[in-house]
Amino acid sequence: MMGYRAFFHGKPDAGSSRSKRAGKKSGIELAHERFKFIRLFFVLSIAALLVLLTGFIITLGPLNISVADAYSALLARFWPDYFHVETLTSRVVWNIRFPRIVGGIMAGFGLGICGCVMQAVLKNPLASPFTLGITAGAQFGISIAAVIGVSIFGGPYFIIGNAFVCALFCSLFIIALAAIKGATSENLVLAGIAVNYFFTAISQLLKYFASDEQLRLMTNWGMGDLAAFSWANSRLLLVIFVICFPLLMSKSWDLNIMTAGDEAAKSIGVDAEKTRIFIMIVTSLLVATIVCFMGTIAFVGLVAPHMARMVIGGDHRFLIPASGVLGGLVLMSADAVGMNMIAPTIIPTGIMTSIVGVPFFMYLMMKGKRKEFWT
Amino acid sequence: MMIKLQAKEIIFGYDSNPILENVNFEIAPSRLVTIVGPNGSGKSTLIKCIDRIVSPQGGSILIDRKDVTKMNRMDVARYLSYVPQSSVRIFPTNVFDTILMGRRPHIGWLGSEGDEEKVWEVLRLLNIERLAMSNFNELSGGQQQKVLIARALVQEAEVMLLDEPTSNLDIWHQLDVMNIIRDVVKKREITAIMALHDLNLASTYSDRIIMMKKGRIVAAGNPTSVITAENIASVYRVVAAVRSISDRPMIMPLRQIKG
Repeated sequence: MMGYRAFFHGKPDAGSSRSKRAGKKSGIELAHERFKFIRLFFVLSIAALLVLLTGFIITLGPLNISVADAYSALLARFWPDYFHVETLTSRVVWNIRFPRIVGGIMAGFGLGICGCVMQAVLKNPLASPFTLGITAGAQFGISIAAVIGVSIFGGPYFIIGNAFVCALFCSLFIIALAAIKGATSENLVLAGIAVNYFFTAISQLLKYFASDEQLRLMTNWGMGDLAAFSWANSRLLLVIFVICFPLLMSKSWDLNIMTAGDEAAKSIGVDAEKTRIFIMIVTSLLVATIVCFMGTIAFVGLVAPHMARMVIGGDHRFLIPASGVLGGLVLMSADAVGMNMIAPTIIPTGIMTSIVGVPFFMYLMMKGKRKEFWT
Repeated sequence: MMIKLQAKEIIFGYDSNPILENVNFEIAPSRLVTIVGPNGSGKSTLIKCIDRIVSPQGGSILIDRKDVTKMNRMDVARYLSYVPQSSVRIFPTNVFDTILMGRRPHIGWLGSEGDEEKVWEVLRLLNIERLAMSNFNELSGGQQQKVLIARALVQEAEVMLLDEPTSNLDIWHQLDVMNIIRDVVKKREITAIMALHDLNLASTYSDRIIMMKKGRIVAAGNPTSVITAENIASVYRVVAAVRSISDRPMIMPLRQIKG
């Protein structure tokens, strides 16, 4: 950073004489070029890491599968003429291990990008995908289905359908409330906290009357687990992704500007309140879908954006995908540890993300010199 | 392109508490205009009303004969830029990216070399090129103010609005920032309208001064006609000595008028 002395002696009018474009790039321009390169390189390399790690994690488990076999099994699905593997390997990879990994990546990716945009629109580093009371809403839906036995959907969606609808209702209620009162970040956070307490209280009340079996059903969901994830679920999730991700990405510039405050945003042409409501609605849809299939997986959505920000700064064109990929990496890795640490016992994903992720995040916080990383 | 700005019958208030009452003025192109007045006289609110950061409850603001109050926000941003008093970034952002935000009304999603070149141009113009990769939050008050002015400049609007740009600065930096504004008004032929507390700074730099009291304009014109002992006594309730230095009235406040 430029010293005060240098700044003081710089004449205010001196800029004009240098305003003509020099043929060669100055040192600071080169530094900026380098920064842009690092930013792009980081996003691409964590994406590559995600692919590599997927191959490695597939090999973990009771049946021995080599990394090469793992990739072959996946590629054979699409190009059966070129890749061959044993049927058993293929089945284990395609039906058992890969769906869980895909589920982990999708959930982590979704929570990562939602955390990132929520922090931006709420101008709050503590915001996470669950700030709008989505968890409490989902838990409420589960409790209704488990204890009272009432659900909006039947069959396999008896419980998760309720979780989805109630989660979505809960956050839309908060958004509507804020829209009437003025969609400032303070109003949204306050309404979120209030509604969160309300629905948690009702869930607690229902718990009070629940039988042992009903209680177990409610608690299991609360831990956040990828076990329930199947190919059918992932197709549904993929559809929601394909709709939501481009919508969030299209607002990258507006999100950059909104972190400068509502007044500044308005003066640069961004309607802060409208953008905030739009982002909230898209995020709610995505998070409610993830939560109803996998339960609450805390920490990932809060921390993945911070990790990304430490390395590549605040431009959401890169920050959103980077948060998503990092979220996927963290969730997938944590789940792999949870599956294999004390096998055959599987530790629920939601617990592992915090146990594995927190020490890693602490390490990043201590290691990162603020000046270098947080710019 | 030279643009004339006109405000007609602007009314604004919070609940039943009126802040601006029938404000009218007209500003010729390429001028440096300051709005002065005591605390709570509505200076900052007027600036925000012009830029539609708050929406006036009545009246119209015409720029190039188009009504700002009926434009969509992105179009407003192409005509008017705004420099806030201060800006704290919750998430650290470097100076370059902070300034690049000002290109939003002109930019495509990918952004272009041309937009980045405009940022470098303004950085060089304000002589803060070396700060490009620094964290905005770690800059001094004067440097931050320059960055915010730079952000408004890359917006390439015809009118720049500033909300007390010198309020947190020492006297060297006050002059520095005012010189920058005077220069860009001249070089880029834009109009700058700023709310200002310091009457002597206003007098030194302004082509025209608008003096407000309780949401109304009480005097407007060149510094000599507005900065007078009578106006200061009636608007600020302060007895002041007014002397002319280099043809500009300078004031020395002497005592309050009580009762």
